[in-house]
Amino acid sequence: MAHLSESAVVKISEICQRYADENTPLMMILSDIQNEYGYIPLEVQELVSEKTGISVAEIYGVVTFYSFFSLKPKGKYVIGCCLGTACYVKGAGQVFDKFSEVLGIKGGETTEDGLFTLDALRCIGACGIAPAVSINGKVYPKVKVSDVPEIVASYRNA
Amino acid sequence: MSKVNIKIEGYPYEVEAGLTILEAAKLCGYEIPSLCTFNHGECNQGSCRVCLVEATGARGLVASCVYPVSEGMEITISSPKAAEARRTSVELLLSNHSLNCQQCPKNGKCELLHVAKITGARENKFLGAKTPTTVDELTPSIVRDTSKCILCGRCIERCKNAHGLGILGFENRGFSTIVSPAENRSFAKSPCILCGQCVSVCPTGALMEKSEIGKLDAAKKAGKYIVVQTAPAVRAALGEEFGMKIGTPVTGKMVAALKRLGFNKVYDTNFGADLTIMEEANELVDRVKNGGVLPMITSCSPGWVNYAEYNYGDLLDHLSSCKSPHEMFGAIVKSYFAEKNGLDPKDIFVVSIMPCTAKKFEKERSQLVTNGLPDVDCVLTTRELGDLIKRSGINFRALPDEEFDQDLLGDYTGAGVIFGVTGGVMEAALRTAYYVLTGHEHELIKFEAVRGLEGIKEAAIEIGDSTIYVAVAHGMKNAKVLMDEIRAGKSKYTFIEIMGCPGGCVAGGGQPYVKPCFLPNEAPDILDTYRAKRSAALYSEDERLAIRQSHNNPQIQQLYKDYLGAPNSHKAHELLHTSYAARERFD
Repeated sequence: MAHLSESAVVKISEICQRYADENTPLMMILSDIQNEYGYIPLEVQELVSEKTGISVAEIYGVVTFYSFFSLKPKGKYVIGCCLGTACYVKGAGQVFDKFSEVLGIKGGETTEDGLFTLDALRCIGACGIAPAVSINGKVYPKVKVSDVPEIVASYRNA
Repeated sequence: MSKVNIKIEGYPYEVEAGLTILEAAKLCGYEIPSLCTFNHGECNQGSCRVCLVEATGARGLVASCVYPVSEGMEITISSPKAAEARRTSVELLLSNHSLNCQQCPKNGKCELLHVAKITGARENKFLGAKTPTTVDELTPSIVRDTSKCILCGRCIERCKNAHGLGILGFENRGFSTIVSPAENRSFAKSPCILCGQCVSVCPTGALMEKSEIGKLDAAKKAGKYIVVQTAPAVRAALGEEFGMKIGTPVTGKMVAALKRLGFNKVYDTNFGADLTIMEEANELVDRVKNGGVLPMITSCSPGWVNYAEYNYGDLLDHLSSCKSPHEMFGAIVKSYFAEKNGLDPKDIFVVSIMPCTAKKFEKERSQLVTNGLPDVDCVLTTRELGDLIKRSGINFRALPDEEFDQDLLGDYTGAGVIFGVTGGVMEAALRTAYYVLTGHEHELIKFEAVRGLEGIKEAAIEIGDSTIYVAVAHGMKNAKVLMDEIRAGKSKYTFIEIMGCPGGCVAGGGQPYVKPCFLPNEAPDILDTYRAKRSAALYSEDERLAIRQSHNNPQIQQLYKDYLGAPNSHKAHELLHTSYAARERFD
């Protein structure tokens, strides 16, 4: 845990304390940490393990099971490309590939400048406007491959 | 307990409510093929789907290992529908398995292959992608090969139940799921204590000890002078490798087998145990008399030492500085024994037969080196010795009983024998510490309070006009309780024995597997009783021996007279004592 700042140790301990009375506090603790810091690295999992008595391997298992949790810092803009069935048949695969090409990263990765993360999402419940792309919560409907460079540029220049 | 009426294959039975179908069927005389479940509920994830049966009132087929019986339930095991479903479950497991059975060291002891046979899964039906494989061979103790893992979770549960550690967990999701330490790290880069309890429950070859038989062969080819020593617990279990009943002591046959395997000398680690007691009991007396750090804690178990270094780096001065018995023995072989026999220590190769996987790691510790040579060169588990005997065409059951070599390091006492069971080191130490402190033997040889399988045992011992409190713990979950007391300054004990594995070395991670599906002649509750049965084998040997206190071992007395001087002398410290260092948990 050598890498954690003192303020992070205080904050994460406080988050663990919030759920001290819960029988199964892990999901709530991890959600709060994810929201607070945007990622949950191993050092943080070790601290949570110490505070809760849950083994690091089990915490790591939960973090890697749910796609909501991340082990690495995410970019300023998280591009979520829906690859659910409806979006997929409407060409979301090509849209995803175009984002990957324009940004120079694969799914799950973050650009070196820390601006963009590209995530493949399963159905986000927006099948009527397929293929759908969600960027930091803003949803883009019926995205075409040719739209992609412009979308990326609008954030890059923002 | 209330009862329910059920039918199996049309026959009526009355069974206890709350049982699973699998358990109830077993009591009624049916053996439903099953795989992932272990020892009535120690691991019950219902993950493998091999135990599917038909049951009225249920939707579809049910996994009998997790589905409870209920009043009026009619269970069908034999129907083609159920039998085909079980076979398909096995075929699906095989479809994501490496299927290199003849290369696999688990060959002949594999539960997956066993259920494949009894469910009739013959062809490789489902061909396609396989989960990417990790093979971790970095530690000297345990090899993890995920291509053979069926994701049953037994290892995860055992690590938690025995130690409260949970080194292993499920990682990722769906087809990418593997069982591994966090970040799919090597055991070497995680706070694993290498005890091998996970190995002892793994149904396949996914978790195995790292074999050192090749090392032994190389030493033989190089013409080394090879000295073998056997830990006490080995004799209580080796017979199981040859179909003998659990709890059969096989000391004489084990010696006879080793003598036929071309070792130059066949000795007993019990001599080392007696030596350990001499050093440790005197260290304890010294700490008590001169205000040393108390409680003092035993240091024979390498799993426990690993645990202490990872988790209690601030309390390592509580550990006895004594090397473990086989390391002491190795150090004496490469010094005293070598001198007496005119051998160059460089030409001697010391092999330890151990019930333990952590001992393989221990022998490579940089602190366990004398004059630039490791005290021990090779550690084989009880299972590996079984393999070696089988490979060499020796009919173990037909062997006569023979004696260990008697010269120089051949005597041992009952105190040494019981080192292999929880409470044994404590009992052995008390026999000698009492003598050192009072000048006469304790009227009782047996210290019953420290025997048995209770997780934490304690006793008050009257020595002269004072009383000392001692405690015994096995399994790190129990050790933690005592260690946290020490850290909080609340420990009332003077001396504590800690062993890594629950039950002590007799149930160590290198001992023969106890898998009921391969033990048709053992009682159904064997998983609950094998530790006690193996322990009884050692206590019976203690009872049989004429000398039962380490300080009365004549060759130990001779060793001090001729070579070491006195316990804890400068020479003894040089050869027989060691040190510890705190370690990072995830470095």
